[in-house]
Amino acid sequence: MSEVRKVLFAPIMNNNPIALQILGICSALAVTSSLSVSLVMAIALTLVTAFSNFFIAIIRNHIPSSIRIIVQMIVIASLVIVVDQILKAYAFEISKQLSVFVGLIITNCIVMGRAEAYAMKNPPGMSFIDGIGNGLGYSAMLLVVGFFRELLGAGKLFGVEIFQTVQNGGWYQPNGLMLLPPSAFFVIGLVIWALRSWKTDQVEAPDFKIAANSRVQEAH
Amino acid sequence: MSSNDSIKKTVVVALSLCLVCSVFVAAAAVGLKPIQKANKDLDRKQNILAAADMLDPDKSVDEIFESIETRLVNISTGKFATEAELTSAGINPATYDQNIASKDPALSIALEAEDDIASIKRRAEYSSVYLVKSGDDIERIILPVKGYGLWSTMYGFMALESDFNTVIGFGFYDQAETPGLGGEVDNPNWKALWKGKMVYNESGEAVLGLVKGSVDSTDPQAAYKVDGLSGATLTSRGVTNLVHYWLGEQGFGPFLSNLKGEGE
Repeated sequence: MSEVRKVLFAPIMNNNPIALQILGICSALAVTSSLSVSLVMAIALTLVTAFSNFFIAIIRNHIPSSIRIIVQMIVIASLVIVVDQILKAYAFEISKQLSVFVGLIITNCIVMGRAEAYAMKNPPGMSFIDGIGNGLGYSAMLLVVGFFRELLGAGKLFGVEIFQTVQNGGWYQPNGLMLLPPSAFFVIGLVIWALRSWKTDQVEAPDFKIAANSRVQEAH
Repeated sequence: MSSNDSIKKTVVVALSLCLVCSVFVAAAAVGLKPIQKANKDLDRKQNILAAADMLDPDKSVDEIFESIETRLVNISTGKFATEAELTSAGINPATYDQNIASKDPALSIALEAEDDIASIKRRAEYSSVYLVKSGDDIERIILPVKGYGLWSTMYGFMALESDFNTVIGFGFYDQAETPGLGGEVDNPNWKALWKGKMVYNESGEAVLGLVKGSVDSTDPQAAYKVDGLSGATLTSRGVTNLVHYWLGEQGFGPFLSNLKGEGE
C-alpha cells in the first residue's frame, strides 16, 4: 500500500512535474489567469494522463519500440479529443474559455513523459495511479498559480469578487501584469524557490562552479 | 521482445491501434453531437436575447425566443432576401449560418483591403437578422456583428430600437481577447454603457465608437462615444472598427436606411 501512496502523492510535493521536472510549463502559463479555467484544465489533464497511462500500460508488451512514441501519441490524442468533445457537450461555457488549450494537452510534456517513463514499464493499475498522482501535482501547481493570478490580477477568486476593484468603485487597483502569461513565470519561479528552500534535496547540483574573480585587485 | 520489432508486428499493431482509436473518437464525436449542437443554439439565442435586453429568469430561453422572428438580409442590396433568391442560391433559411457561409466563395465576397476595416477578409452575402415585432412594426432589431480585436475574431450582437439608431444592448458571445484587459468586453458594467448610445450622426454616418479613457458627459458628441477599455487599445480599436463596418455602408447601413424609409 505504501507503494501506491508513494506513486500517488510523491508528485505533489517531492517530485512535482512542474516545479521539479519543469514539464508542462506552457499550459501552466496559458490557462492560469482564472481559477475556474485552471481547475477544469487540471481535471482534464489528470484524466488524460491517468487513462493514457492505463491504456499504454495494457498494450505495453506489444508496442514495437520503433513506433512507440507514435503509439503513445495516438492513444493520448484520441483521449484528448474525447475529453474535448465531452467538455463541449457538458461544460460548454468552460470549453469556450479553454478553447484551444484542451487540444494542446496532446503536446503537454507531462502526459508523454509519464507514458514513456512509467506506463511502458509498469502494470495498468499502478500506471493509472501514477497518472492521477502526476495530474494532482500539475493541478496543485496550476491552482496555486491561478489563485495568485486571479486574486492579484482581477481581485477575484472563481469569479467572486474578493478585493473590490477601482473600476467597480472599490479600493483595489488590479495588477494587469498578473493576467498576462509572463506573470505565471514569476509565480512559478517563486513557488519553486519556496519549495526548494523547504525541501533542500530538490536543489540541483550546479552544472559548473563560478570561479573566484582572478583579476588582480589593485587600486585604480 | 525482439518479436515486437518485426515488420509484420509493427504494421499489425499500428493498424489495429488506429482502428480502435478512430472508432473510439468517432463514437464520442457522433454520440455527443446533438447535445453540443443544442448547447450552441441555446448559447446563440441567449446572447441574442441578452443584447436585446429581453432575458427573463422566469422563462426559458427557448420560450422567449419564440417571439423573435429570424429573417435573412441581402447585405449588398440592403433588402430582406426573397424566397426565390434564397432557393437559387441554395440556402435553407432554417440552417443557414453566415459564419460558415463567409468561408464559401459561392455565398460570400472577398473584401478589398481598404473596405475591410473590421479585418474579416470575406463577408457572407446574406446575414441573419432578428426582429422583435408588435403587429407589423419592428420594435427591436438585433444584428450580428464580428471583427478582429487583438488576438481573435470577436462575434457579437447589437440590438437597436425601432428608430434603427439607438442602441439597446451590445455584447460578444465569442472572443478570445486577453482576460482581464481586452476580455473586459464581456464585463456587464462596460456593456451597460452602450445602452442609449446613438449609432448615426446627423449626416447619417455610423460614428459610434470607443474613446480613450472615459467619455466626458458634457461633450455634445457623448451620445456617439463609449468608454474605451483600459489597457486594451487594440481590442478597443477592433470594437470601434467592427461597429463602423457593420453599421456603415458596407454592412447593414443600406438595410437600416431602407427600413427607416418604409417606416415613414
